Amino acid sequence: MSAPLLQVENLSVSFNTEDGVVKAVDGVSWSIEPGQSLGIVGESGSGKTVGGLTLLGLTRSRRTTVTGRAMFEGSDLVSMDDESLRAVRGKGIAMIFQDPLSSLHPFYRVGDQIIEAIQVHSPTPKKVARARAAELLGLVGIPDPSARLDSYPHEFSGGMRQRAMIAMALSNEPRLLIADEPTTALDVTVQAQILELLDRLRRELQMALVIITHDLGVVAETAEQVAVMYAGRIVEQAPVNELFSHPMHPYTWGLLRSIPKLTGPRNAALLPIPGRPPSLISRPTGCAFAQRCAYAEDECRVTDPVLAATAQGRQSACLIPHERRMAAWPALAAGGTEADARKVVRGPK
Amino acid sequence: MARYIARRLLWTVVLMFAVSVVTFIIFYVLPSADPAALRAGRHASPQQIEEIRHKYHLDKSLLDQLSFYFKGILLHGDFGISYVNDQPVAKLVFSRLPATISVAVGAAVLWLLSGVAIGIISAVRRHSKLDRATMSLALVGISAPVYWLGLVALYLFADDIGLIPLFGGSGSYQPITEDPLAWLNSMILPWVVLAVAFAAFYSRLLRGTLIEVMGEDYIRTARAKGLPERTVVMRHGVRSAITPIVTAFGLDLGALLGGAVLVEIVFNIPGIGRLAYDAILHSDLFLIQGTVLLAAFFVIGANLVVDVVYAYLDPRVRYE
Amino acid sequence: MSEPLLRVTDLVKHFPITRGVVLQRQVGAVRAVDGVSFDVAQGETLGLVGETGCGKSTTARMLARLIDPTSGKIEFDGEDLAGLKGRALKDARRQIQMVFQDPYSSLNPRKRVGSIIEEPLRIHGLLSEGDARRKRVQELMDRVGLNPEHYNRFPHEFSGGQRQRIGVARAIALEPRLLIADEPVSALDVSIQAQILNLLKDLQKDMGLTIIFIAHDLSVVRHMCDRVAVMYLGKIAEIAPNEDLYAHPRHPYTEALLAAVPSPEPGRAGRARALLGGDVPSPANPPAACRFHTRCAYADAICSAEEPLLLQRDGSVAACHHPLSG
Repeated sequence: MSAPLLQVENLSVSFNTEDGVVKAVDGVSWSIEPGQSLGIVGESGSGKTVGGLTLLGLTRSRRTTVTGRAMFEGSDLVSMDDESLRAVRGKGIAMIFQDPLSSLHPFYRVGDQIIEAIQVHSPTPKKVARARAAELLGLVGIPDPSARLDSYPHEFSGGMRQRAMIAMALSNEPRLLIADEPTTALDVTVQAQILELLDRLRRELQMALVIITHDLGVVAETAEQVAVMYAGRIVEQAPVNELFSHPMHPYTWGLLRSIPKLTGPRNAALLPIPGRPPSLISRPTGCAFAQRCAYAEDECRVTDPVLAATAQGRQSACLIPHERRMAAWPALAAGGTEADARKVVRGPK
Repeated sequence: MARYIARRLLWTVVLMFAVSVVTFIIFYVLPSADPAALRAGRHASPQQIEEIRHKYHLDKSLLDQLSFYFKGILLHGDFGISYVNDQPVAKLVFSRLPATISVAVGAAVLWLLSGVAIGIISAVRRHSKLDRATMSLALVGISAPVYWLGLVALYLFADDIGLIPLFGGSGSYQPITEDPLAWLNSMILPWVVLAVAFAAFYSRLLRGTLIEVMGEDYIRTARAKGLPERTVVMRHGVRSAITPIVTAFGLDLGALLGGAVLVEIVFNIPGIGRLAYDAILHSDLFLIQGTVLLAAFFVIGANLVVDVVYAYLDPRVRYE
Repeated sequence: MSEPLLRVTDLVKHFPITRGVVLQRQVGAVRAVDGVSFDVAQGETLGLVGETGCGKSTTARMLARLIDPTSGKIEFDGEDLAGLKGRALKDARRQIQMVFQDPYSSLNPRKRVGSIIEEPLRIHGLLSEGDARRKRVQELMDRVGLNPEHYNRFPHEFSGGQRQRIGVARAIALEPRLLIADEPVSALDVSIQAQILNLLKDLQKDMGLTIIFIAHDLSVVRHMCDRVAVMYLGKIAEIAPNEDLYAHPRHPYTEALLAAVPSPEPGRAGRARALLGGDVPSPANPPAACRFHTRCAYADAICSAEEPLLLQRDGSVAACHHPLSG
């Protein structure tokens, strides 16, 4: 196991708003090694996007408080001054976003936007930078790249715009690419192309990839490690196959049971998670998921569980002993009722 | 694009024709003193008045008068004679144009530079003391009437009646061709007075759009690229936020070139605005027509220029 | 088989592209929907799937008569909706209601929830007495899983999922026979999606609703629909009973769509799959003959020369010169 490229420790982000202090990210820790891929999955308001933006200092403002550490190649991104952080942005860590149309400047040619990204980190003659930009567009699979440099973003299709964003992100050979919902705005056939492209680039360029998404399918196809976030925290972390074959956290169970599937019995009822996520302003005491959890006990409403190692390479934050949780999933996966699972989870009294 | 401009120019001609017809009708329909009597002077005999009425076709029907007028313009480039000054309208208007251009263009440069600068600083330092102070002042600037501000400025700084005599006062206008320094001295107060309200309006407009633009996704992209904040604001933010400013600037300048009436009157500057004002006072039909046509020309022209520049500024806009 | 509730025949919608300021002349058309035919039986759920620009939402809006078709027939219960006007159209609209995608923008933010839900009743002059109407609205709120006491609240006081429930309550207020749901869950979080999908299924069972369900998410469509029509660039590529379509797609586009869906099911991830190249062409200038031939792995000379007809082959109906065998 090599040294981590980025190690996030106990990262918290809170925003001062008129309604109160919103704790968007609440003590999150994860790490990623060079060339590895990590999926961060969660619903809206889980803190997945805020966490990613905070790493690059993109949430910095007078109303934001960030605590914890994010060690990237020996320096802490959280305490770093603006100017040093600027040198990391786009060079050490690059980022792409959900909507490629609104993420590209509508008034500048695609090529010029890439050239700008190249030149900001290393003084490069315009001609050389232009040739490099064309090379990058070719690398991400845009046909006739030299000619397309002169196109404006609105002249590209949705998929090509996201390819152009990726080309721009690659322009300084970053060691880490953070992709925030990179395919949510795209059609499914184009999404498949982009996911494959990201996977290919990660392997070819030995670039680590953090993919932030709400879509469990996207995570399954692109990530090696997965962190599931709920109400600002990571509730479960595991290698991708483990997570989908033996999920350990009741929230992950709920997510997996609530999505319709492409295979298997069709008329199996969907089992939604009741209720909705808690307020991030006044977090309930105890486990934040307890109010929606079918297995919660009295203890869960009092004690806040911490993310703890359970099996090899796996972590979860739940007060119920993990052996009993492990035992409950197979029945649930087969469509079993929560009442039956509850008996397994609670164990013999 | 060329076809688009050609078509717009054609429209300009049609519109100007319509504008002059409307002015003619207003003049003809609304009660006013008999223009022939005005022209003839105080001690004219009825016979003299009749002669004048005949000479200027004032005894003809509306349609005939219109056709004489347009024939004159199209065949001879003749915009008629001012009854009051007994001079060709075209010559009068062109002699007054430099003064108006001096006032309008100088003030425009002043308000554009100061409005944009204040707008950017206020947007970037939103909620700072500086922002609050400038925005409050801007509100005062927008609300203050030009003639009041003009009189206050004269009372404070004019070299004849001012408390602190610094700049040329009312009636000190000199053409730039004769004495550039005196011209500059006479222009400073009018420029500032005219620019205040516009600068205030532009700074508030730019502040608003820039704050909105700075929340756009592509600004986040620009920051994520590692661009210095100054570049993010100027090259990515202001570049987008400036388009409504350019539109407003073109239209405002166009309107002012047709005559900055209030400022020209307060500072007694012999420009188009004063000319139009006097023409209306004396029911001087052809002169009114001339100034209205000139104003219409500038407004329509400014609209065309703004549209063309807009297509250049925003590549998503393409005219067919 | 009895008469279908809805029969759509050769439905076309072209949005003209015009040039000129004074005299506008048509220089082309966006062929959003270009000859679509299908039947929907009473009590059935028909899915319409496809990517951006395939015409599924335009079709939905024509069925609800929110826009007029360029040509074609929409027979509802034996009567052609396309020709209806005034009173008759209003009556027909009572039978056909719609649920929209975005629960944030499809509810008037200045109106109270109660008045949003009772609006259809008011428009159609039903339950004119305030008390009766209010009681009905509260019944509806209860039916869709909202607290009836929240009658006087504004939309912004509800979460996304709850707002979509409001949209559903409004749509079923008139007890329509046909419900058109246009991407009803795409804007919602996954755990909330399931709540709304279950609600729609329950309502269908209780009220005998016929549903046209429009979505881009193939797993959601699989869960909801009895039959599925796959659209591509304004035409139906394939229409088949649910099980057949997902197990044995006949049209290469259906196959490619299914292959493209990322799935969290162990064993499906990491499979080898044929990815479609390129993007969907513009509906203003669709490829000639078979519209899919530019991206199709199986295309040959005939595909760019001749338009394939929608032909029946054991249960499935596909428009392809080289349909895939099961």
